[in-house]
Amino acid sequence: MPSLKDVKMKIVGVGKTKQITKAMNMVASAKLRGAQARIERFRPYATKYRQVLADLARKVEGNAHPLLAEHEEKKNCAVVMVTSDRGLCGSFNGNIITQALKLAKEKTDAGMSVSFACVGRKGRDAARKAGYNMLTCYADRMGSIDFALAGSVADEVINGYETLAFDEVWLVYGEFVSMGHQPPRSLCLLPLKALEDVDGDGGAADAPREGNGPHCEYVYEPKEEKLLAELLPRYVRVQVYRGLLDTSASEHAARMAAMDNATRNCNELINSLTLLYNKTRQAAITSELIDIVGGAEALNG
Amino acid sequence: MGTLQLEVVTPDKTVVSSETEMVVCPGVEGEFGVLPQHVSLLSALKIGALRYRVGGKDEYLFISGGFADVNNNIMTVLAESAERAADIDTARAQAAKERAEKRLTAHDEAVDMARAEASLTRAVSRLHVAALR
Repeated sequence: MPSLKDVKMKIVGVGKTKQITKAMNMVASAKLRGAQARIERFRPYATKYRQVLADLARKVEGNAHPLLAEHEEKKNCAVVMVTSDRGLCGSFNGNIITQALKLAKEKTDAGMSVSFACVGRKGRDAARKAGYNMLTCYADRMGSIDFALAGSVADEVINGYETLAFDEVWLVYGEFVSMGHQPPRSLCLLPLKALEDVDGDGGAADAPREGNGPHCEYVYEPKEEKLLAELLPRYVRVQVYRGLLDTSASEHAARMAAMDNATRNCNELINSLTLLYNKTRQAAITSELIDIVGGAEALNG
Repeated sequence: MGTLQLEVVTPDKTVVSSETEMVVCPGVEGEFGVLPQHVSLLSALKIGALRYRVGGKDEYLFISGGFADVNNNIMTVLAESAERAADIDTARAQAAKERAEKRLTAHDEAVDMARAEASLTRAVSRLHVAALR
């Protein structure tokens, strides 16, 4: 049996851990609210952008732009991996990393060489450890993501795709579905495939458009092809930004869940330790009593 | 004559959403005005000032990296950044202008000329819009 003091110390220790996990839970929930609000504000932009671009893409011939054209020979692949900077959020980062490495392995098996561009420290460390070529990494930026960051990541891969340094670009991020569900998702960034089914909410976004479609033929300024050349690279940026926003919201949601769990486990542990403490205390009292009674008996003897 | 619904949206927020009488945009091929019942139009926009009239009063916006879509009497402007004249941080724009000018005059190989020029244009038109408030 452990000594009374040991158990007492352990209870105090677990109590302190609980305080920390509880505080982290609350911080995560506050941050999640902010991140969720950002996604809400971003959604109208993304939806509208897709609509406009889909309309435009229908008007233009198949391979009108280098970003739409598929390269015939596929030798190089870039993976943009978005993870969080910090751990303590359950299996969230692990899931994204597993997904990304699986994707990278598939591409390697298909005879392509894979390079990584990472946003978030966890992903960077994993990719580096796995020995992949590192294109760029932005660590410790998840706390202050903005459109400019998405822009610089996107510009890098766009540049690579246009100069034929890459033949495929994928984006791996943690999608924010709900508070309890943040699955990793991989998305083919380049070449841009049929815009209609690029992402899940596409169907819903396009539906209302059918009803109030253009009430007359569109005037394009400048010409369609030039306009497309302006809009497509920006669309890639929009996609990357979406990945960043989603990952950041997912991270906080995952951390909230993980910390909630941890707090609950602490409670359980404290309960069982308290039980042990009381038992130990009682055992100590009993043995003391036996000593006293035994001593008295001996004196009387 | 009715009104035209104007929506100015950036990735971070909806900047303007209001009924307007007229909108004047800095299109890539020159400035153009849009009145209610305009024909459907899609145009890329330059960095510059967007003017719109509400209740006979002109309002100004700074716009960069965007395009405008007019359809069914709704005009949507999607821009990477958009600021109302009153919200522009003039001190920051001034600093950005000086920085860009310095980079442009430095004749340094490492300086990305196109980027420096773009940031100069942005700063100058921000200041220009800010002066109109």
